[in-house]
Amino acid sequence: MSFTAPVLSYSLLSPMLILLGGALIGVLVEAFVSKALRPAVQLTLTLGTLLLAVMQLWRIRGQQSLTAAVGTIVFDGPAFLLQASILIIAIISVFLIADTEHFAALPAALPGSEEERQAVQSGNQITEVYPLTLFAVAGMVMFPVANDLITLFVALEMLSLPLYLMAGLSRRRRLASQEAALKYFLLGAFSSAFFLFGAAYLYGYSASITFAGIREAIVGGGGNDVLLLIGIAFLSIGLLFKVGAVPFHSWSPDVYQGAPTPVTAFMAAATKIAAFGAMLRIYYTVFANAQWSWTPVLSGIAIVTMLLGSLVAIAQRDVKRMLAYSSIAHAGFLLSGVIALNKAGLDATIFYLFAYGVATVGAFAVVTLVRDSAGEVTDLNRWKGLGKRSPFAATSFALFLLAFAGIPLTSGFIGKFSIFSAAYESGAKGVVIAGVLSSAIAAFFYIRVIVLMFFTDATEDGTSVEIPSILTQASVVIAAVVTVALGVYPAPLLDFITNLAIFIR
Amino acid sequence: MNTSQSLVYLIALPLAGAALLLLGGRRTDKWGHLLATALSASSFGVGLYQLSQMLGRSTEARPVSQKLFEWINVGTFNVDAGLLLDQLSICFVLLITGVGTLIHVYSISYMSHDHDRRRFFAFLNLFIAAMLLLVLGDSYLSLYVGWEGVGLASYLLIGFWNQKPAYATASKKAFVMNRVGDMGLSFAIMIAFATMGTVSFAGVAEQVENTSEAALTGMGIMLLIAAAGKSAQFPLQAWLGDAMAGPTPVSALIHAATMVTAGVYLITRSNFVFDAAPTAQLLVVIVGAITLMFGALIGTAKDDIKKALAASTMSQIGYMILAAGLGPVGYAFAIMHLLTHGFFKAGMFLGAGSVMHGMNDEVNMRKYGALRKFMPITFATFGLGYLAILGVPPFAGFYSKDMIIETAFNAGGVKGIILGSVTLLGAGITAFYMTRVMILTFTGTKRWDEDAHPHESPWLMWLPMAVLAIGSVTSGFLLSRGDALVNWLHPLFEHHEEHEHHLLEPIVVSGLALTMVAIGVAIAFVKYSRQEVANIAPENVSVFTKIARQDLMQDRFNEAVFMRPGQALTTTLGATDEAVIDGTVRGVGQLAMSSGSALRGLQNGFVRSYAALILVGAVALIAAIWVVVQ
Repeated sequence: MSFTAPVLSYSLLSPMLILLGGALIGVLVEAFVSKALRPAVQLTLTLGTLLLAVMQLWRIRGQQSLTAAVGTIVFDGPAFLLQASILIIAIISVFLIADTEHFAALPAALPGSEEERQAVQSGNQITEVYPLTLFAVAGMVMFPVANDLITLFVALEMLSLPLYLMAGLSRRRRLASQEAALKYFLLGAFSSAFFLFGAAYLYGYSASITFAGIREAIVGGGGNDVLLLIGIAFLSIGLLFKVGAVPFHSWSPDVYQGAPTPVTAFMAAATKIAAFGAMLRIYYTVFANAQWSWTPVLSGIAIVTMLLGSLVAIAQRDVKRMLAYSSIAHAGFLLSGVIALNKAGLDATIFYLFAYGVATVGAFAVVTLVRDSAGEVTDLNRWKGLGKRSPFAATSFALFLLAFAGIPLTSGFIGKFSIFSAAYESGAKGVVIAGVLSSAIAAFFYIRVIVLMFFTDATEDGTSVEIPSILTQASVVIAAVVTVALGVYPAPLLDFITNLAIFIR
Repeated sequence: MNTSQSLVYLIALPLAGAALLLLGGRRTDKWGHLLATALSASSFGVGLYQLSQMLGRSTEARPVSQKLFEWINVGTFNVDAGLLLDQLSICFVLLITGVGTLIHVYSISYMSHDHDRRRFFAFLNLFIAAMLLLVLGDSYLSLYVGWEGVGLASYLLIGFWNQKPAYATASKKAFVMNRVGDMGLSFAIMIAFATMGTVSFAGVAEQVENTSEAALTGMGIMLLIAAAGKSAQFPLQAWLGDAMAGPTPVSALIHAATMVTAGVYLITRSNFVFDAAPTAQLLVVIVGAITLMFGALIGTAKDDIKKALAASTMSQIGYMILAAGLGPVGYAFAIMHLLTHGFFKAGMFLGAGSVMHGMNDEVNMRKYGALRKFMPITFATFGLGYLAILGVPPFAGFYSKDMIIETAFNAGGVKGIILGSVTLLGAGITAFYMTRVMILTFTGTKRWDEDAHPHESPWLMWLPMAVLAIGSVTSGFLLSRGDALVNWLHPLFEHHEEHEHHLLEPIVVSGLALTMVAIGVAIAFVKYSRQEVANIAPENVSVFTKIARQDLMQDRFNEAVFMRPGQALTTTLGATDEAVIDGTVRGVGQLAMSSGSALRGLQNGFVRSYAALILVGAVALIAAIWVVVQ
């Protein structure tokens, strides 16, 4: 028996390899570098790794290959755009993660135990979150470039497992945080099971685990359609769970609220890009010819998701839960780009993902700033009058909310406009009507928060606003600048996306 | 067309100044005003450079353009953000930056006691930048940006002392009335886009012959409304008097020399539209004629020196609009009067500021008197401006105003006689009220308040006044010598070279005008120089004076016709909004909250329920697919 060495195009795989290498070095740093040095070393290492990955990615833009890793990885325009978006979002998120104030001193200790108290007193800081972040990012950039079901599943788990852990690391309200982590893990495992089950059915249908093989089987027809339909349905469940679409959304409010806010920011923005990236590839290339079966169902899910996300958000009294429901609504808006199944829809979805991701990180970054002695204040009632106490925080938060609402001159408007017009072009009028309607509903609660911040007087127990650290400030400012720039002058990025976003099969 | 890469600096320099001063905050307090003045002056320098370049080229090659970036590119609708500097815009560029720089210099001293001087200079620079964009834009859309920019700067500067509620109200009034005009401009742009598919000046000029007259008339009327709003023309004139709440340099720069003349620019720039739409052109003339009388009449009754000058501004712009409405023969004269007016009116406003400076900010002319001895330089510069606005030869106004009167008479037929008479009469009334201002302020007896100690202003203030006074004396002669300005602008306007018959010989017109002026001056002398002037405005005056004091009822008119119905409308809308729209939203909110509590049963925090929901969802999904496939 002889083995032939697989042919790998290292240059195309290098962003992923760099990330994994950086993560492994991070693990070694945990083991061998002294405690005092670790935070600085880890932060430098993580940012360095991410920047290196971005630079490497930039060098290989425009290349296309189906055989980068013996057919398991595909690299093309959309792959570049999605990976770049994930990496950029990750960099801004790491700025937030660098504020160790958010993370438990000793996550392994029981909440409220003597051991924990000692760890807090000794000024212990956890730095494991950095390699975990890098592992998650590696999984995320692999997710949209996977070219067969096994790689897709490996990437899914690679991005999910670190996130489950990270969700449980909060310094304050540790029980809620651990509960969130456990819920996320259990439900994630549950949905992964569906995903795998779906993969099995698709293999049963096509006798292939590669995307190309499945597509050929669908194009060729003649297989057992029941297997195909169940396969599509179950695989979709796994993906819809990750993006938080109704009715697979129930984890997200609890997890968004419980997880440390920097992790929420990272998860909300980057996971969405990764998961929608994978969805775009699968629906646009593999399942495109079985469109008759899934577009109506996905349209229904999109409509329900948009409406439920927007409606329930109105009733929320907690900033992080409100943002969670808003992210559910946005999952619905993004689904309309998937349903469009045309070039415009692809371009619009990629633009929307990036714009929304940046604004989301910015919004959560502001949330980390509003605190009192017991940590972050997420009760909306205590955000009253924030505009007077901290114009910086309130103004930038207002900007991100306006972007979420899709008000012109923000990136959100361009995103919504292009994604809805793509969906309209493809004939999905019902989705567009529901989208515009729920945008209007959503605007209500976004603007209510703005009114609360600027036009309502503060209550007695006013919260203090932390003087932002340079890194946090940087992430807010970057996010704000990008949000405005993409709203005022989106043409260069739109053109760039249009030129690059072509799937190869 | 030639391109020039330096046009953008004209705008960028003052814009950078505004940005630096506003973002730099208190740190720039010490030197901010100097920076702003220097940047305005360097913009003037760029303008002079451009002029020298332009003079060096042949007539056809004079206009230069610069493409900045691709602005809008949607389907077939393409707008490039570009600048265009031609014979018309260079006049404006030099006026704006030249007079603007002088007024910057003046303000250094005038505003030296104001702790917010930096902010004032930032706004001045912002204004200069916006105004330059207005006259340099190569499309109606770029013009619109500048148009809104100057509106904003004007609002900020009128309300600069917004700690006084009346001033804040004045700025709001100016802003709101300007919005009406702005609506006109946006409608004009929409009409251009809808019927011609382009909004650039060149594009519209090309498409005029393929466009129906109805569309052109509509566009022309909308442009006229826009011009009326910005230039304080009837029926949108009411804001200008109140705008005098701003610091006096602002009144001189924005509300006399530059911004208020934007309407004249808009109409002359759109000459191709008006030449093809006689109805709109006739309306332009009518609006100009009405305003010129309107402003002149208000001017006779004002005791506030700045408001008297404001009324005069309104009236003089009426002359310009009227000239612009007379078609190709009038455009150049409108611009010439605009330029000379820019000199003498700015000079007089600065003079008024100088007087106020010496009189504890008193604006009531009945409390002045005999200031000639105490403020000789102010008296001299103001006096030269006075002679210029009267149209006494050889001062600037003589050349420009006489041309307009003459052109009005030559419009032909009854129209010509009416317009000519109106312009003549206006000249007489102008002479009356300006003489009144001179007499009340500089001659006669002292009617000062007790604590007034008039003194001449510092050199930083009188120097700009002196420069402007030189302009008031010479500009008319220089611009009309050998028809310099007419020939300069000639390539831009379609000139029908046929020589119309002259109703009156130029010399006769000049004679008539001077006679009217002499009568006006004489009446003012008899009325104000021979008799003692009360330092409190008399109450027992004729009904006409009363009406004129109330600005010819313009505010009452606006209140009755627009404000009250508008308020009623907004109240109704508000109630509807409250009941129907808010009701719906609240209803939806209620629905959401009640469904929220229903959904709270689902969102109960138990993982098992969430998992069950996912399972139910999965089953539903399969079922849905099955239904769809069937």
